[in-house]
Amino acid sequence: MSKEKFEVMLAKLEEIVRRMEAGEMTLEESLVAFEEGIKLSRNCSKTLDEAQRKVEILLQDGEKLSTAPFVGAESDP
Amino acid sequence: MNTGYLTEIISVSALNDRIKNLLEEELPFVRVEGEVSNLRRPSSGHVYFTLKDAKSQIRAVIFKNPYGARKSGLSEFAVEEGMSIVCLARLTVYPPRGEYQLIVETVEPRGLGALQKAFEQLKARLAAEGLFDAGRKKPLPFLPGKIGVITSPSGAVIRDILTVTRRRFPSVDILIAPVRVQGSEAPAEIIKALSCLQIIGAADVIILARGGGSLEDLAPFNDEKVARAIAASRIPVISAVGHETDFTIADFAADLRAATPSAAAELAVPRRDELLDAIERLRGRLAQRFRQKMTQRRESASALRERLRDPRRRLVDARLALDDYSERIKLAAIRHRESKRRELAGLNIRLQYQDPRAIIKGSRTVLEDRGRALRTAWEKLFSQRQNRAEGAPAAARMAASSAGQRTPPSARKSKSLLRRGNWAPELPDCKNYF
Repeated sequence: MSKEKFEVMLAKLEEIVRRMEAGEMTLEESLVAFEEGIKLSRNCSKTLDEAQRKVEILLQDGEKLSTAPFVGAESDP
Repeated sequence: MNTGYLTEIISVSALNDRIKNLLEEELPFVRVEGEVSNLRRPSSGHVYFTLKDAKSQIRAVIFKNPYGARKSGLSEFAVEEGMSIVCLARLTVYPPRGEYQLIVETVEPRGLGALQKAFEQLKARLAAEGLFDAGRKKPLPFLPGKIGVITSPSGAVIRDILTVTRRRFPSVDILIAPVRVQGSEAPAEIIKALSCLQIIGAADVIILARGGGSLEDLAPFNDEKVARAIAASRIPVISAVGHETDFTIADFAADLRAATPSAAAELAVPRRDELLDAIERLRGRLAQRFRQKMTQRRESASALRERLRDPRRRLVDARLALDDYSERIKLAAIRHRESKRRELAGLNIRLQYQDPRAIIKGSRTVLEDRGRALRTAWEKLFSQRQNRAEGAPAAARMAASSAGQRTPPSARKSKSLLRRGNWAPELPDCKNYF
């Protein structure tokens, strides 16, 4: 699931920016890092743009568990 | 027996036995409410006391661990003198003494004081056990994929949580585990819900929530077993029970305590717009750094290239410089000569001013002027004398001499003197003329 990777991607992106700002890289490294960073930031944004959420309710039928869409009202934001 | 009237004579023993049977069959279990007094704790470990109200009293005993495991989470609650309690008890008769008493199975605190006491006792006990230790707390996921919410499926609490999570991060899934949040069934339902969410494994964080309430209302969240189930959860649990000021045992056992259900929702999910901003900022910094790096490299490369100049260019430069210098030196020489020439001309002019010939010439002019003036004056005087001598011998003499020479000899002499430049104002024979 891409969402689980989100914080990893964000941390990587932060690290790349930090290293780049610290001037720790050679030209070749910074070229690679730049491409990688741009890719990471795109993926991060894409993860955040993912589709609408599901709201479900847990149902118990004896020992059997299942889920069903939850139709409770949300208050107006 | 049903008549209630016994005709036969029976022994005391038999009577007590019958009483025992009657009572224990009629009242196998009772729930009795009263106040604890005459509390004794002998070394046996059993607890003896009298349960009383305003009008009556009954003896009671709590046997040490009478039937193994206990039913209620608060069963280990320690009774204290003067405390109001509700006991679940069997009524029992002790025939040797003809006495009856309550054998207490479970004790629940009653009233605010007792509930508070029970709460403090449980809190102290679980804290001593290390259940609330900071080291046990699990960190919340940064961005959960799914939030498990254990609460009542109706009411403001679930509505607030759904609203806040949707506002902050519209794509995080929610799984609601519906439970009753008060009453005697609540603890078991909460524990079951916690375990269901573990099994399904879909929730990355759990919010356990209910609105505020009295200490009695919050009892399920002060339940020892609920607290243990929360602590045992491998998924981080945020408790959001009651309002700002109400702390429950569940709050202490949870990984994070939120003041309200809305606050719990805020803690559970980050704000999507903030994250997008953060990513945008990072991307901006990355691009800026990259451009800077490129510019730097380009500049240092061109600086090096600058230093790697073609020697022929230096020759050309030197030639140009040479031309420049020679031009400049020529100009300087010309300028120098001009200035010396001007200086010389100035000196010449000043020298001419000092030429003695000019001075002499000037003086001569003055002298000649004066000479002329003198002759004019002399001739004038001479002609006056001549005119006077026409009637006298002197005049005749003078006329005779003037007939020979028109210009007096002294005048001729003075002329030559002047010419020589040696002006001695002596007219030696001038007085002879007078």
